Amino acid sequence: MGLSGLAIYKLLPKTNCKECGFPTCLAFAMKLSQKQADLSACPYISEEAKSALAAASAPPIRLITVGSGDNKVEVGNETVLFRHEKTFYHPPGLFVRVKDTQPLAEVEETVAQVDGYTVERVGMDLRLNGIAVENASGKADVFATCVEAVRSKTQLPIILVADDPTAMKAGLEKLDGSTPLLHAATADNWEAMAALAKEYKSPIVAQVPDGDLTALANLAEQIKGAGVEDIVLDPGTRGFADSLAALTQIRRLALKKNFRPLGYPVITFPGEGTDSEAEEVMLASEHIAKYASLIVLDHFDPATAYILLTLRLNIYTDPQKPIQVSPGLYEINGPGPDSPLLTTTNFSLTYFSVAGEVDGSGVPSWLLITDSEGMSVLTAWAAGNFDAEIIAKAVKTFGVENKIGHRKIVIPGAVAVISGELEEELPGWEIKVGPREAVDIPVYLKNVWKN
Amino acid sequence: MPVTVEIPTEKWAGSVREVTLGATADEGGTRTKTVTVGGETSLPFLHFEGKYPHPPVVAVEIQDSHPDDWSPLLLEAWGDVTKDPAAWAKKAEEIGADLIMLKLRGTDSSGAETTAAQAVAVAKAVLEATGLPLIVRGPGQAERDNELLVAVAEAASGERIALGLCEDKNYRTIVAAALAHNQLVIASSPIDVNLAKQLNILISDMALPLERVLMDPTTGALGYGLEYSFSVMERLRLAALQGDSMTQQPMICFVGEESWRQKESKVGEGVPETWGDWYKRAVMWEATTAISLLNAGADIITLRHPDNVPIVQRVIEKLMES
Repeated sequence: MGLSGLAIYKLLPKTNCKECGFPTCLAFAMKLSQKQADLSACPYISEEAKSALAAASAPPIRLITVGSGDNKVEVGNETVLFRHEKTFYHPPGLFVRVKDTQPLAEVEETVAQVDGYTVERVGMDLRLNGIAVENASGKADVFATCVEAVRSKTQLPIILVADDPTAMKAGLEKLDGSTPLLHAATADNWEAMAALAKEYKSPIVAQVPDGDLTALANLAEQIKGAGVEDIVLDPGTRGFADSLAALTQIRRLALKKNFRPLGYPVITFPGEGTDSEAEEVMLASEHIAKYASLIVLDHFDPATAYILLTLRLNIYTDPQKPIQVSPGLYEINGPGPDSPLLTTTNFSLTYFSVAGEVDGSGVPSWLLITDSEGMSVLTAWAAGNFDAEIIAKAVKTFGVENKIGHRKIVIPGAVAVISGELEEELPGWEIKVGPREAVDIPVYLKNVWKN
Repeated sequence: MPVTVEIPTEKWAGSVREVTLGATADEGGTRTKTVTVGGETSLPFLHFEGKYPHPPVVAVEIQDSHPDDWSPLLLEAWGDVTKDPAAWAKKAEEIGADLIMLKLRGTDSSGAETTAAQAVAVAKAVLEATGLPLIVRGPGQAERDNELLVAVAEAASGERIALGLCEDKNYRTIVAAALAHNQLVIASSPIDVNLAKQLNILISDMALPLERVLMDPTTGALGYGLEYSFSVMERLRLAALQGDSMTQQPMICFVGEESWRQKESKVGEGVPETWGDWYKRAVMWEATTAISLLNAGADIITLRHPDNVPIVQRVIEKLMES
């Protein structure tokens, strides 16, 4: 992917004019290869060299934007096959499909539900990303009316699904300037579809049947040749095994072979290859884990939306950086000097599980969060990030003794073994062992804690 | 000029070991069928580059006494059989389980500790009620596990039961029991490639053939550490395919236990409305955890909800289509 300094040097004027701010062309080339300089600093670079360098530095999977404004979805630009190798960067966009053969009121209701759906998890608000509108009627005017109805209910990004360029144009006209994704250009209609994508500056899907990747690569090249660079791939596979194979092959070709004709994000339709809503959710799960960038669902339900959003959050969490909260003394339900004091680690899931239960119990409490490098209780304990010394340090650092009158602290049941050491670290304190699971905290606070 | 795509395939040097659970009368046991897992020579379900000789299987979890701490959704779905492990096992076989996993709770509902004799009696009743191969798990405290599992291993000699959990603190006892009575072990380690490998080495050093070892890399449920399990399993499977002999054991994931422990599954009231319908959420929480870990390389999935058994099996069938 990246060129070496010497390879870049060969493309430079080699005049050592210093106008770029570096003493020699070679020095400039070295900085370029380390991405610490910008090519535009050289006033004499040839067009040829510029495009060669741009091509070499382009990411192996193109970044594609669907929609505009705050709600836009950016996908692609991934760099690894397995999340443990680094991380996955751009979570797949989750879309819900409506069809123009449905009654308009039904369409509007679904769209309003998708638009309004937000679920909180570990302090983050998770949302679905947009709506796909399908021209199932085959009629351009019906499609236009449906697209207009969808837009009236949401500003989320839209995918227009139509085979007929006339219908596609009718839909596009209702979405002026909001860069919907066009699905799809096929072997039969690609010229007209690519012309629309160009005219409306919208990304476009290249679609082939049955996972024929050679056909897909050629179609993508044709579309690119027509002047459209923002392409998404639909390999036409719809089942569990065939889509896994096609998506894996596309990702490998892009990353390991730097194969440009398939260096684009992929879209999937898990509802088309499955027999039930439950199966659709499971195929969508597979696509979240294995290489889809846009996923179009045929069902919307809060329960399954929550599941898919949670899975997406899991898979796209940076393995090197667990989601964490700041260490400190947190107040829940307005505690006073006599209120219970609990402690746990700063892994966000741990924090939110415990804080949620304490909050739900209605008991005013103090929650002391230690600096445990974002690890859960047992992991942190095993790694020496949640021991007596660290808890005692947090008690001092956050001025616990000034805010709380009593000298009792509840530690998680899973680390009961450290209570002896903690007594030594905190002379005069009583160490109480709380429940192992956060879900048992309310009962504990109400029945077991006694001042 | 038209481009031609050459499908990129990996040439793997290694494969997953085949492990057979259960023994028929001819083989010294009493099972009516045996179940073999493992043998893969590709990453999960990539049929274009390797073999997947045995589909992953579903084990249904039952317990030795009524699990009064289970979600009401589970208790309602199973009905009265939860009070009789033999009837429960039979019911699990009827709904299509490939394996039965008997979990010994360690205490009964009154809090009395299970004796070795009681554990043996339940295991025998379950073996009589079903012809499926069995997994037996202890309560999860090393000393109690040793006491109960050794007795079960001896009483069911020759059945090729998978005994769990076999951890670094008690592996000697469990492996010795497996060696003496022709059983299998489940080597369990806490989400870490090197610890998993190390335990397999220790077990292998005791001369238990690796064809009798399953590997439990520790399961995190959806939303509760799934990503850690997912990545450690991908790393273990990659190591196995690259030829690292001590990572080539089939993997088992305790999906039912982990997903039904979580608030999303357990609780129907006092949760955000955005969590949606309780039954749908809870059942799909388990199924989604299962499918995600199958895609990371799981060979055996344990489930708790009966409705998920055909659903997950159907998806496995579809994943096996090539």
